[in-house]
Amino acid sequence: MSPNQPLQTGTAVRAPETLTMAAALNAAIHDAMVDDPTVVLFGEDIGPLGGVFRVTDGLYAEFGETRVSDSPLAEAGIVGTAIGMAMYGLRPVVEMQFDAFSYPAFQQIVSHVAKMRNRTRGKIQLPIVIRIPYAGDIGGVEHHSDSSEAYWTATPGLTVVSPSNPADAYSMLRGAIASDDPVIFMEPKSRYWSKASVALPVQTEPLDRAVVLRAGTDVTLIAYGPTVKTALATAAQAVTEGLSIEVIDLRSLSPFDDETVGASVQKTGRACIVHEAAQFGGYGAEVAARLTERNFYYLAAPILRVTGFDIPYPSPKLEEYYLPTPDRILAALSTWEWS
Amino acid sequence: MSLNVENPIMTTMPPAPPLRLIDDLGHTVPHNESGGFTLPAVGTLLSLYRQMVIARRFDVQVTALTRQGRLATYPSALGQEACEIAAVAALDPQDWLFPTYRDSIALLTRGVEPKDILASFRGDWHSGYDYHTHRIAPQATPLATQALHAVGLATAAKLKRHDTVALTLLGDGATSEGDAHEAFNFAAVWQAPVVFVVQNNQFAISVPLDKQMACRTIADKAIGYGMPGYYVDGNDVAAMYAVISAAMDRARSGGGPTLIEGLTYRIEAHTNSDDPTRYRKAADVDLWRHRDPIERLEKYLVAQGALTDEVRASILAAAEELAATTRDCMTEQAVVDPLELFEHVYSTPRTALAEQRAFLAAELDGDAVASVVAREKSTR
Repeated sequence: MSPNQPLQTGTAVRAPETLTMAAALNAAIHDAMVDDPTVVLFGEDIGPLGGVFRVTDGLYAEFGETRVSDSPLAEAGIVGTAIGMAMYGLRPVVEMQFDAFSYPAFQQIVSHVAKMRNRTRGKIQLPIVIRIPYAGDIGGVEHHSDSSEAYWTATPGLTVVSPSNPADAYSMLRGAIASDDPVIFMEPKSRYWSKASVALPVQTEPLDRAVVLRAGTDVTLIAYGPTVKTALATAAQAVTEGLSIEVIDLRSLSPFDDETVGASVQKTGRACIVHEAAQFGGYGAEVAARLTERNFYYLAAPILRVTGFDIPYPSPKLEEYYLPTPDRILAALSTWEWS
Repeated sequence: MSLNVENPIMTTMPPAPPLRLIDDLGHTVPHNESGGFTLPAVGTLLSLYRQMVIARRFDVQVTALTRQGRLATYPSALGQEACEIAAVAALDPQDWLFPTYRDSIALLTRGVEPKDILASFRGDWHSGYDYHTHRIAPQATPLATQALHAVGLATAAKLKRHDTVALTLLGDGATSEGDAHEAFNFAAVWQAPVVFVVQNNQFAISVPLDKQMACRTIADKAIGYGMPGYYVDGNDVAAMYAVISAAMDRARSGGGPTLIEGLTYRIEAHTNSDDPTRYRKAADVDLWRHRDPIERLEKYLVAQGALTDEVRASILAAAEELAATTRDCMTEQAVVDPLELFEHVYSTPRTALAEQRAFLAAELDGDAVASVVAREKSTR
């Protein structure tokens, strides 16, 4: 099934309700499991506990141990066994408990999940969703706040997406589960408790598209996951300075939506990418490079990156100095020459 | 100072003789030494013999082709035929095999055509057979990673209430990998219908097993995971077949996983780019040549009157025919299409990949610059 096809019809249409992102993700998994008996869930603490962020809350009780199970505490084992299950016709949705705890699974993801379709000339496909709660701003201790997206986006064969709001969280996770390709589904931890009114089963833009969240004429501010909120706050603040900022939520990091982002940059002539991950070799470097290659003659100024510093993620009392803020973004924009 | 300090636990444990049914001289062992396993019927043993002879001929032929520079590489399994053939012979049609790069003769024995086995070694593509038809996963190169895939597939089969069992082949070196540990543990916790067959050929490229681990045998580790472990003479195809078959039956009937270690020896180098004289003695290789799995079974079958000159001649003729087929498939012009590079990365087309494909197509037409200029102009 294509990730862009409509949702299946077995899912009941519900009245609008206020949902957190965690609840929207929970509903997406629930509805996918109702619609497709091949969807299975496993990972660390995702059973009776419902996951440390409660994203799988209630699913063990409803679907039972054969479809929702706590696995041994071993991430390579979780992803490696998901590969075998997918080879036998299941659609595993597995959880890495925290960003930095996904690293033991690196080999299975990079050498097998990403390459199996290519290695087998399409004869074996791996419809696996690897959910990774990521990024900081939650007062987490070390290893609980990494932004690991560039490891995955640098790997051909992976689809990498990150929602920024409850409606997208639902729609994108349904799309990811329906996709015949493996998807790294990056959930911004700091947004788990953000709320919105959503009528389920909501279907937002296709999984591979970026969206313009706020129109503007002077600058294109490009964000994803946890920094979308920061970008929107920046745009609101900029109005008082007479600056019109267009905010793009990338949603999909791989593939990159050249069309939507390129059109915006050609309109504004100025672009800035905002992410929590460190700058050097980060995802923003790719965005800046490809936007420059494709839109150089439209640009009035160099593309900027406002990101985390090139340091390991800091401890809770220091993370506010690390994270991009509206003031820091506006200060960066003010370094451009404005004629 | 050596890192390999003497392990007091290991040295106080008695030596563990591997389980065998037919000894080096081709004699059956007394029943009280057979671990409760029954010698397979003569007809079964003759079939295993035939498959081992044919597999060895293939292995020798492919090694020769590699030495002629006609293959990129080939990891030989010469001397390990008993483990490889017993493992495949113990499979039912619905079972799945998870092999490594060294297990090409296992693929052959399960019915994969030589040309499809060699697709990867001659560099056509990373892998080249039909996985679903043969129920064989792609040969894994990253060590022990495929053991987890086997556990996952076996678990999926169990969830679907199918009577499919997954068998994975590993080497001794691979058991040091974390993925081997995780596979053993997941399999035992989930009671997955999976059989782990470790071919202990005593070297991980150049490193001997006593630098991999400090316990007596690999099979001993099974107890730590809560599954049965068997230490078997890996050059005795009768014992390997009996033990693996019992483990398959056990897995199929809901009894969970089994870890089987076959003690064998890699007669050839690791690959054609390896130089084994740097790390092992010729005398050791000679010793193991005299423990040859095929010769041993041949002695037994001749003594039983099952392997007549006529039968032997027909087996050798089949082996030579396969060798000829193998040589012939090297003379066929392999069709590789550079534009296929972009075909199997994702299930749905990606714009950026389509652009790169167009670039390569233009480059093949001698006009790559034009394609770049065209794109730049279109966005200017």
